[in-house]
Amino acid sequence: MPDALAVTRTHCPYCALQCGTRITGRRAAAVTVEPTDFPVNRGRLCQKGWTAQEVLTAPDRLTTPLVRGRDGRLLTASWGSALDTVADGLDRVRARYGPDALAVFGGGGLTNEKAYLLGKFARLALGTSNIDYNGRFCMSSAAAAGNDAFGVDRGLPFPVTDLARAQTVLLAGANVAETMPPLMQHLDKARLVVVDPRHSPTARRAALHLQPAPGTDLALALGLLHLAITDGLVDKTYVDQRTRGFETIAARAAAWWPERTEAVTGISTHAQRTAVRLLAESRDSYILTGRGVEQHRQGTATAAAFINLALALGLPGTPGGGYGCLTGQGNGQGGREHGQKTDQLPGYRLLTDPADRAHVAGVWGVPPDRLPGPGLRAYELLDALGEEHGPRALLVLGSNPVVSAPHAARIAARLASLDLLVVADFVPSETARAADVVLPVTQWAEEEGTLTSLEGRVLRRRALLSPPPLVRSDLEILHGIAVRLGEPAEHYPTEPREVFEELRAASRGGRADYSGITYDRLDAGEALHWPCPDTDTPHPGTPRLFLDEFAHPDGRARFADVEHDGPAEDTDAEYPVHATTGRILAHYQSGAQTRRVAELAAVASEAFVEVHPDTAARHGLADGALARVTSARGGMTARVRLDPTLRPDTVFVPFHFGGDGRANLFTNPALDPRSGMPEFKVSAVRLDPLPE
Amino acid sequence: MSHILVLGHGPATHRLLRGLRRHGHDGTVTVLSAEYRPVQHRPLLTTVLQGRLEADMLRPEPEPGARVLTGAVATAVDTARRVVHARQGDTVTAHPYDVLVLACGARPVIPPLPGTSDRTGRLAPGVTTLREVTDCDRIQGTAVTVLGGGPLGVETASALALRGTVTTLVCSGPHPLHERLGDTGAALLTARLREAGVDVLGGRRAVRREPGRLLLDDGTEAAADSLVLCTGVEPEVRLARAAGIRVHHGIVVDDALCTSDSRVHAIGDCAEHAGRTVAGHESALAQADTLAAVLTGREVAHRLTPAVLRLRTHVVDVACIGPLAAFRRSGIRTVGLFDPAGRRYARLALDGDRIAAAVLLGLPDAIATVSHLHRRGLPVPSDRLGLLLGIRSHFPPAEDDDRTDSMVCLCNHVSRRQLAGAWELGARTVPALVRATRATTGCGSCIERVETLCAGWTDAAGRELEPTP
Repeated sequence: MPDALAVTRTHCPYCALQCGTRITGRRAAAVTVEPTDFPVNRGRLCQKGWTAQEVLTAPDRLTTPLVRGRDGRLLTASWGSALDTVADGLDRVRARYGPDALAVFGGGGLTNEKAYLLGKFARLALGTSNIDYNGRFCMSSAAAAGNDAFGVDRGLPFPVTDLARAQTVLLAGANVAETMPPLMQHLDKARLVVVDPRHSPTARRAALHLQPAPGTDLALALGLLHLAITDGLVDKTYVDQRTRGFETIAARAAAWWPERTEAVTGISTHAQRTAVRLLAESRDSYILTGRGVEQHRQGTATAAAFINLALALGLPGTPGGGYGCLTGQGNGQGGREHGQKTDQLPGYRLLTDPADRAHVAGVWGVPPDRLPGPGLRAYELLDALGEEHGPRALLVLGSNPVVSAPHAARIAARLASLDLLVVADFVPSETARAADVVLPVTQWAEEEGTLTSLEGRVLRRRALLSPPPLVRSDLEILHGIAVRLGEPAEHYPTEPREVFEELRAASRGGRADYSGITYDRLDAGEALHWPCPDTDTPHPGTPRLFLDEFAHPDGRARFADVEHDGPAEDTDAEYPVHATTGRILAHYQSGAQTRRVAELAAVASEAFVEVHPDTAARHGLADGALARVTSARGGMTARVRLDPTLRPDTVFVPFHFGGDGRANLFTNPALDPRSGMPEFKVSAVRLDPLPE
Repeated sequence: MSHILVLGHGPATHRLLRGLRRHGHDGTVTVLSAEYRPVQHRPLLTTVLQGRLEADMLRPEPEPGARVLTGAVATAVDTARRVVHARQGDTVTAHPYDVLVLACGARPVIPPLPGTSDRTGRLAPGVTTLREVTDCDRIQGTAVTVLGGGPLGVETASALALRGTVTTLVCSGPHPLHERLGDTGAALLTARLREAGVDVLGGRRAVRREPGRLLLDDGTEAAADSLVLCTGVEPEVRLARAAGIRVHHGIVVDDALCTSDSRVHAIGDCAEHAGRTVAGHESALAQADTLAAVLTGREVAHRLTPAVLRLRTHVVDVACIGPLAAFRRSGIRTVGLFDPAGRRYARLALDGDRIAAAVLLGLPDAIATVSHLHRRGLPVPSDRLGLLLGIRSHFPPAEDDDRTDSMVCLCNHVSRRQLAGAWELGARTVPALVRATRATTGCGSCIERVETLCAGWTDAAGRELEPTP
């Protein structure tokens, strides 16, 4: 029994690094966290990790189901009546409007088991095509680009520790020093080339910082490829033997000569040339992308353009080099593999592929035609809520879209228009507070499961504590609703280990094959990276992908034909400044967890906007005073922080805050056609002083 | 549904076709391309000349949805019947249109220099301009002279020198680009060109070309197995003029890029918008974007693209904005720096906080930033020397920050004050300070600073000084 244990080894509940931790304590209020020698963090932790136990005892933690009463207030309810309310509501909507009127919104922080069962629940218990998740706002562009280029999408196709040998690492739109501090120890020796409009803490450590105008990363990547070609730095043997499609993109990149690239990006030809030379002339080079270049309406094309550069230089799939994307959310990797994505089935199978459908339907014991097809993608789904032909009931797990979705005021209004909103969470997030039914769930230190880290390694999350008495796991909730909707109880196991066994079978033979991974192997300390098929002698997993061939049928990687098109919204007289959004060290995602940790809230308690002093003076803003940041979609309130290292044409707002401090009140829901990623990183805004 | 006929197949046409497709143009488009090997990216000709890019790379990519007739030379425009007559090889063809777009570009000006062309106007062997891909092959021999001190002359001469050709650049002004760079800037450019191996002969005029050499007005001569004429271009207006369309220097267009005939538009180097013609690549693309919007029924007015001259040469980074005369306008403030040994020079003419004119040489980061600000119409930062030197404004580095509340460990938000407090409470070693405060346990970059602080406090205590950090 977890209660009897005083100590367990698990992983940090936050980002995709999944730092190894040892947690100790017999009750929630006495838990302490320490880093372990896990190879990713090797004894290091950031402030969020050190203080993660505080969320267990958040003063306003949800400890009982709540159902909105006739008076509009959320009132305590029994589990029986809460789940009855949910099932009755879902049944009513489905009877009247059909199964696609039911929708599910998941999260990249859910364990593999939860993500898997949620996908199954949506397709079978609800029968809806409308399931998607917040990873659409996070990893979808890099995932699409990775699948196109390599035939499979694993964020880092090599272990993090390989980076320690690198001589040069290009970080495109990734602020690692602030968002993943323990990763920096693996980058200590490398010369860093950092692409970021901000002079971020990571950029401050760079040998070369390229500070492009917001929304021009794709032009930069094309320009760097142009220089690789004209300066004779293309690895021709590699291109001939391991890739396809170089001629097309080479002709495209021809149009991006250095002076033109300079005109569009603002990055000097000299700096462009230095960047390419550093990459091409180093023994071991890596190109890593982050959300900075991916969260655009051309995010997939931009990630693809950096992959093109990596391929031209002959890096991916070699022992001393490569391309990777730095996954953000805790289970951002596993969460995008097992079926909570609208077009996807477990094992990174596709809902549109007949063989994939047949395999998974077989594991689930249903005929393939019972599986619906792909439905709406995250923003499109949220945007359609309560509209004609849109979903009218929504179940949210592990997500807080009132804060995290773009054009947040519109999304809050859509949520309010639903017939039924059900939110499972462990704290009353902004979205939970808008729900008709709130279901309290377990937290990291109270549950078992697996997560897949940014390097594709499957990790065990282990329980130290029993959850509070009236709190249930997400698996139990899905079980409870499914049974009430008439599903066979045995199809919805509540034990994580049982769910994982089913996931193994469902992923067998898929692109992300977990069938050779077991809890026992993981608990014995094995380091298993997928694919790990179930073989007679246990498969050792695949720490490094692509060394022999890429995952396309012909074994070759693909160059992508991409062209720069610029951001959806340019500045003008009314909205003269670019705003970009992102993360800060003290907070995680929508801040629902970290804002409840006193030590973190003390570091950053409210929304702020970083402004260049010249820009502040021009708009009448004073350091420490309040400002409105307003786009064509709406405005938010932030405290001004002057920062002389910013581009004067750009302000930065972190997206971790609620209420009027939501950065997403101004962000642009222009979507990437391929990935469905919104353009979080470029909006045109106006800045106005706000008297306190 | 309307049929659009485009004359010319350069970058403006290419961009127009892309724009039409994107805006959902539902009619047909035909392009008459006089060239068999049209050049899409003319600025890259000097890169081809250096042997660093295959000539095929300059070819336009196929345009879905457009019918492109190569080798089709338009001979006359009949605006009354709305038809263009053309010759394709020996065949005479007629091409009706609803809308005609003239994107005929510009053609090189051939100076009246004895020995350069025969009676029919055809260039003599060993003489070429640099406008088409095939021109690159015509530049042969070990010694080449480039005539003309404009941007193309400088770019061509430096490209030839880079590939190892003995190169002479002849210009009538005292230095190449003298009119744009002024005395100081142009002299520096000459110096850099000479260092790169280009023999610059300024203040000379060519009087005659003979096979293998170019004779100059001071009685000297330049070796010229090939002579490259970079003596300017003029807008290609002959068809338009013959058709009775209004022509000034270029084909005159309004803000909708419409000529004096409402069914005929002109874009790119052949067009004259707001008094400017042969405005270059950037302007051509911007005009194509505007026209694509206009032709698909959008209400847009073309705005002049800010003109930035940015040389494409490895010899030195050079950019110019605006006319030199702007420096003498009243109310203009200038900022400058001059580093003769480092061959760096910058001069900005500021109208308030906007850039009215600029000359920049040898300052790559300043060139990138200043031209970006000018293109976007943005104010210059208040730190103008920082701007010119390419120096980023910084926060004071943490190591030098002795304030007690300065942040030592960003990852765990540990200030110097907290470390000092822990030291006072008995954490007298680095590991003890780490245990007490968690400093250094994130990214680890502050380890040295914590060690220094700890050593300093220990040292001070050892000397029985006040142990107050």
